[in-house]
Amino acid sequence: MANKISDETIEYVGILAKLELSDEEKEEAKADMEKMLDYIDTLNELDTTGIEPMSHVFPVNNVFREDVVTNGDGREETLANAPQRKEDSFEVPRTIG
Amino acid sequence: MAQYETVIGLEVHIELATKTKIFCGCSTEFGSAPNTHTCPVCTGMPGSLPVLNKKVVEYAMALGLATNCRITQVCKFDRKNYFYPDNPQNYQISQLYLPIARDGFVEIETAAGKKSVRIHEMHMEEDAGKLVHDEWDDTSLVDYNRSGVPLVEIVSEPDMRSSDEVIAYLEKLRMTAQYLGVSDCKLQEGSMRADVNLSVRRAGTEELGTRTEMKNLNSFKAIAHAIEGERARQIELLEAGKEVVQETRRWDDNKESSYAMRSKEDAQDYRYFPEPDLVPVVISDEWIREVKARQPELRPEKLERYSREFDIPRYDAELITESKKVADLFEKTVELCGKPKKVSNWIMGEMFRLMKERGMEAEELAFSPENLAKLIDLADEGTISSSVAKKVFEKIFTDNVDPEKYVEEQGLKTVNDEGALKEAVEKVLADNPQAVADYKGGKQKAFGALMGQSMRALKGKADPASVTKMIKELLEEQ
Repeated sequence: MANKISDETIEYVGILAKLELSDEEKEEAKADMEKMLDYIDTLNELDTTGIEPMSHVFPVNNVFREDVVTNGDGREETLANAPQRKEDSFEVPRTIG
Repeated sequence: MAQYETVIGLEVHIELATKTKIFCGCSTEFGSAPNTHTCPVCTGMPGSLPVLNKKVVEYAMALGLATNCRITQVCKFDRKNYFYPDNPQNYQISQLYLPIARDGFVEIETAAGKKSVRIHEMHMEEDAGKLVHDEWDDTSLVDYNRSGVPLVEIVSEPDMRSSDEVIAYLEKLRMTAQYLGVSDCKLQEGSMRADVNLSVRRAGTEELGTRTEMKNLNSFKAIAHAIEGERARQIELLEAGKEVVQETRRWDDNKESSYAMRSKEDAQDYRYFPEPDLVPVVISDEWIREVKARQPELRPEKLERYSREFDIPRYDAELITESKKVADLFEKTVELCGKPKKVSNWIMGEMFRLMKERGMEAEELAFSPENLAKLIDLADEGTISSSVAKKVFEKIFTDNVDPEKYVEEQGLKTVNDEGALKEAVEKVLADNPQAVADYKGGKQKAFGALMGQSMRALKGKADPASVTKMIKELLEEQ
């Protein structure tokens, strides 16, 4: 394995992903991410000079919808997934001090 | 103290006036009950797929073209990743690598003359939900009606030097968007929002200072105050030999000061990557031509036409066309009554006076051109006096009353009846022998008192010239 993930990196990725990891989990995650980076290294062995980066495999573009209201009152269906509901809103811990 | 120059760039978000959201068929109507306009797409349910609203692309193109931008003919969407309760997908679909428009400019009027503010780029993105903070409880309430409402973000170059220039730039953008019909740009409702990037540097130097970004500015007044405050804060730091820290600050309009947002709210590592659920948008030359051809009359052309069609002063035309709403009101009223000069006088005089008195924006005007046209006819025919007309105008302005009905119901018609006029004036003269004697003794002022009394007795419903004539006649007879 050529790639090494530092403790700081795994800590930082954890913060960005809002994950709290135990020391054991951190070591596992490090090993997994190192494997992924190694795989990318394998891909990097290919010569891609002059090839445009692509974000889709199919040559499809301009898929649109017209500006017409098709959805009705979705309140109940949406709020059915609320861990905590207050009247017609989702209730979450206060976001601003 | 050294002289400092303020350098300001703006990120302006404009909510597009489409009927539906950017990626789903939910309504964008403002002010509905929380979470009524939601579906699996705009609440980020696993497996749901976004489909782009064509109108969003056309509105963004129109705005780009009207601000002299170059349209990016192959453009794409990207994911901006962050966690916050207003964002149910945990990412915002936006554009980073290939935004819809680039390299534009708008011209603004400043104290020192015309100035060009360059536009770096313009991109399409989705709005987030709305958080309401409970004052008593330690909770926030989330409403996803706004989640997925289409936005255009316009990023300027750091070309502005004062709050006046910033306001002029914002007014120019707002006017352009309103004329194009792509947004109503109501600051109070959040359909236009601005983030201010500001730094200071010693006058005469070229190098940019460290900048801060200020958020949560929802009125022109707040923007002006925030700019003055942040400029003073940065200069104070530099004068004390300290450094400005690059950070995001949140403006508190009540306290009139800003504070640094906690790093938690401000994780700047968004890990953008191409949006896999949306295919690229390819804009042909023909599509650009179509959008251009549909462009409605903008302000310069409107001013040009007003000077050709209507006999009103240039100054009036400029004020009337400052807002599309007022210009539309003016044109419709003229169409109905055919008296441009009179319509302009009502707008320039009473209407602007009442708006100023009540601190109203043009967008809040709610009376119909039909009623203003009727009022102008009533005053013109002499059915009501000019002082009554002003009162009726205020009723139209406030409650959009039908002036014909209102004048009838309130008995406000001018007293044209010679007999009634004579009777009223005779009574005033009889009741005020002292004033009559004073006038006859040569005191001109006494006439004013008699005039005032007579108008009051007639409840302002008489034509002042006829009343003057009547008083003079009766005094001579005595």
